[in-house]
Amino acid sequence: MNKLDLAKWTQNFAKKQGANETSVVISNSRSIDVEFRDGNIDKLTEATENSLSIELYAGGKYSSHRTNDLRKPALQKFVNNALAMTKYLGEDPFQALPDPALYEGRPEMDLQLFDANYHQVETKERVANARQIFERIDGKDDRIVSVTSYFSDSHYENIHLKSNGFEGSYENSTFGAGAEVSLDDGSGKKPQSWRHYSTRHLKDLPDLNMIADEALKRTQDSVGQNKIESGSMSMILPNDQGRGLLGRMFGALNGGNLQQKNSYLDGKLNTKICSDLLTIVDDPTIIRGMGSRYYDGDGVAAKVMPVIDKGVLKNYYIDVYYGRKLEMTPTSGGTSNVTFAPGKRSGAEIEKDMDRAILVTGFIGGNANTTTGDFSLGVSGWLIENGVRTKPINEMNISGNYSDVLNQLVEVGNDPYQYSSWRTPTLVFDGIQFAGL
Amino acid sequence: MSDYSRRDFLKVTGSGLALASLSGVLPGIMGCATTKEVQSALFTRFGIDTETIRKVLSEALVYGGDYADVFFENTISNSIRLEDRIVNSASTSVQLGVGIRVLKGDQTGYSFTEDLNLESMKKAARTAANIAQGSKTIPPQEFKPMNLPNYYPIGVSWESIGIDKRVDIVKSLDEEVFAEDSRVIKNYVGFNDSEKYILVANSEGLLSTDYQPMLRVIVYCTAEQDGERESNYFDYSMRDDISFLTPDRLARMPKEAVARTVKLFDAKSAPAGEFPVVLTPGSSGILLHEAIGHGMEADFNRIGTSIYSDKLNKKIAPEFVNIVDSGLNPSIRGSINVDDECYDSKETYLVENGILRTYLHDRISAKHYGVDPTGNGRRESFKHYVMPRMRNTYMLNGPHTFDEIISSVKYGILADQFTNGQVNIGPGDFTFYVKSGSLIEDGKITAPIKDVNIIGNGPDVLEKVSMVGNDFAMTEGGWTCGKNGQSVPVSHGLPSVLVSSITVGGKG
Repeated sequence: MNKLDLAKWTQNFAKKQGANETSVVISNSRSIDVEFRDGNIDKLTEATENSLSIELYAGGKYSSHRTNDLRKPALQKFVNNALAMTKYLGEDPFQALPDPALYEGRPEMDLQLFDANYHQVETKERVANARQIFERIDGKDDRIVSVTSYFSDSHYENIHLKSNGFEGSYENSTFGAGAEVSLDDGSGKKPQSWRHYSTRHLKDLPDLNMIADEALKRTQDSVGQNKIESGSMSMILPNDQGRGLLGRMFGALNGGNLQQKNSYLDGKLNTKICSDLLTIVDDPTIIRGMGSRYYDGDGVAAKVMPVIDKGVLKNYYIDVYYGRKLEMTPTSGGTSNVTFAPGKRSGAEIEKDMDRAILVTGFIGGNANTTTGDFSLGVSGWLIENGVRTKPINEMNISGNYSDVLNQLVEVGNDPYQYSSWRTPTLVFDGIQFAGL
Repeated sequence: MSDYSRRDFLKVTGSGLALASLSGVLPGIMGCATTKEVQSALFTRFGIDTETIRKVLSEALVYGGDYADVFFENTISNSIRLEDRIVNSASTSVQLGVGIRVLKGDQTGYSFTEDLNLESMKKAARTAANIAQGSKTIPPQEFKPMNLPNYYPIGVSWESIGIDKRVDIVKSLDEEVFAEDSRVIKNYVGFNDSEKYILVANSEGLLSTDYQPMLRVIVYCTAEQDGERESNYFDYSMRDDISFLTPDRLARMPKEAVARTVKLFDAKSAPAGEFPVVLTPGSSGILLHEAIGHGMEADFNRIGTSIYSDKLNKKIAPEFVNIVDSGLNPSIRGSINVDDECYDSKETYLVENGILRTYLHDRISAKHYGVDPTGNGRRESFKHYVMPRMRNTYMLNGPHTFDEIISSVKYGILADQFTNGQVNIGPGDFTFYVKSGSLIEDGKITAPIKDVNIIGNGPDVLEKVSMVGNDFAMTEGGWTCGKNGQSVPVSHGLPSVLVSSITVGGKG
């Protein structure tokens, strides 16, 4: 039975057994990962997965369930048990399927989320790719302790059916390549770093030799890292690091956190929350974008949405359930591609122009409090003096409150990152509190 | 694979994630008195017998692997959540499948199937077999069941507990949170339980079974005072049944959650720079998980990438420091009766009287080093290969008292509640995030502080453990460790400890 027929069968069975409404997702995926270490295949993993998820709306009550046993007798038992469980819950007037009007207006273009050549990729090619990355690094530095390279790909398909008329399906592919390198610098420490890229289409991956070179360079750059004096300094965030700071702040834009009073941005819609250099648009329509989509988890048609316009908060991420609770129109339950209005200069140009700053090339640990906006995050990177990287640093920390720090943004680069759903450019902040010695 | 998935981190298990379930289709193991009865119940559960296992292993070894194992798993999880005074959603999840692993030297071939018929399993076995490229190895003719102690016996299965009982507990917790303090404006309660049935058999003829229950209950509240809002939580997680939730323990949850939240209204910003830090007993054990635990996992040491790779049998801490990783602690979240590759669970000394003693091994690394396995070979599920992983990691009591430790600090931080941590294995840098703590001034605990990350270097910090208290406690909360994209439940503990200097990432 194909996925659509099985979804319809499950939906009909659940309704016959007493569900008022249902939402059913059936998915299957296949992924293959090759890890190559020190001259040999270290791990070869092949995964094929199936899943059926069902949301039940019965008598004003709601529950959600997932199984990987898709045989009909097992599904019948599964649905019956799920419905029996639902009866014991409290009635929640806000739990219901979305208004079908929200399903209308999906992007009409082909987002090219699936690489038509996916099925032509053979395991010997995957191994050869991982080997190429390994061999490019191997022997390039006498201090190398270990090199692990990897190549992976996956194919995901699903069908989504809601009993009030929504029907959607999509498939996507993901290709990933990267390497981890460890060095022995004689100090007793084993500096390590890594580089990884993911794309929807195989041919969009960067040159494998470049990935290898970057992994090695990053590791070499981390030799001799140390902490420096605590103090207030400028901070440069390269384009692949922006999410490390801003990702947690986006939690405060989430409808659930707003409704539960866990957001420092509650009541701030259409007010200035950060520097007017910051303009952020959520764009699900980027061709081959890692976060591109036709509809979100509620089935709401994907739309381009301004989030911050010249420092003014324009939209929250509100899903259908919390939209009802907040009496607000749903936007979307989560981010698609987070895009930024570009500035004028590249990261390299900006760096050359800094008198004294810390270039953060990695975050480690830390957390943020969405209720208050406070954050505290571990960092490593470089001290920049007179435009030159003078000292590698680590074991340092940045702290602040997003309400203050986002107003200290002084420059936005013109170099959005292409290999993530977070397409951040280089960002520069003044007056960041660094803790070290 | 995300940019973050290849890092190692520890966090409090996310609340409200939709996982849970009811199966009712398959036989449980309650009432099975002997190993043989348990094995028989699991054979029925998975619809297999020893002949099926032998055939699958035979296929796995068709190209001459050195070793193969099959890992059958059925996990049933349930969760209910309360928000805005209503128990407004429930979730269930059923996972069933078998993972097949083939080793050739240090190399791993891995595949799995969710379809437990012989043909599907043989197909997956042949995929995994491809890691080797030689002629067939002969599988065992018989399997010897392992007789294992049970470190988490339970009286009643979660499957047999009605949802109504969980609903009553959740509602009562919610009522008490609001009764506790008029400043509370929002409250969330999550109740999660799961039961994991495992059967592992390998090409050496060993067969192990396990039943791993898990409970987690969390209360997360938000309070408002003079226009300011703060949130905090309290949670329990144990390998136990519903009898763990005694009236006393349940009464403690709302009180702790509210007290932790309203305390934050008085909190100041932490200082920035290097200071003495005192860790309170219990969840402060996160220090050990990050500062030494990951670095002692033998997969990193086997390839020479850990900062501890060259330090075995060397002094790395004062002699009153003893650090253990154990799977044997009764009903504790990270305990396991047997690891996921047929090695019995153990108590393993990482540091004994300040000397670094033993790495945490899985099968590959134990063979590599030619040492006895330590029972640390774990995996998230049948979809994942085995790696050396921590279980419950803790420091034993030392010679000092809490009061002696506090009074010795001129100016520093007392850290008592944590949410997450992370480590870079090679350089040894690690962090842990302090949700709540206090300043120590002139030997006395003074103003509360909040939301500050602490960052240090593993071996450096262990050298700076200058006092260890005699008041050991294990954390009560639900900690989940992430490594290379796999999550496993763990626990940790610590007596009061003074670290003489470490970087506190406050706002200054």
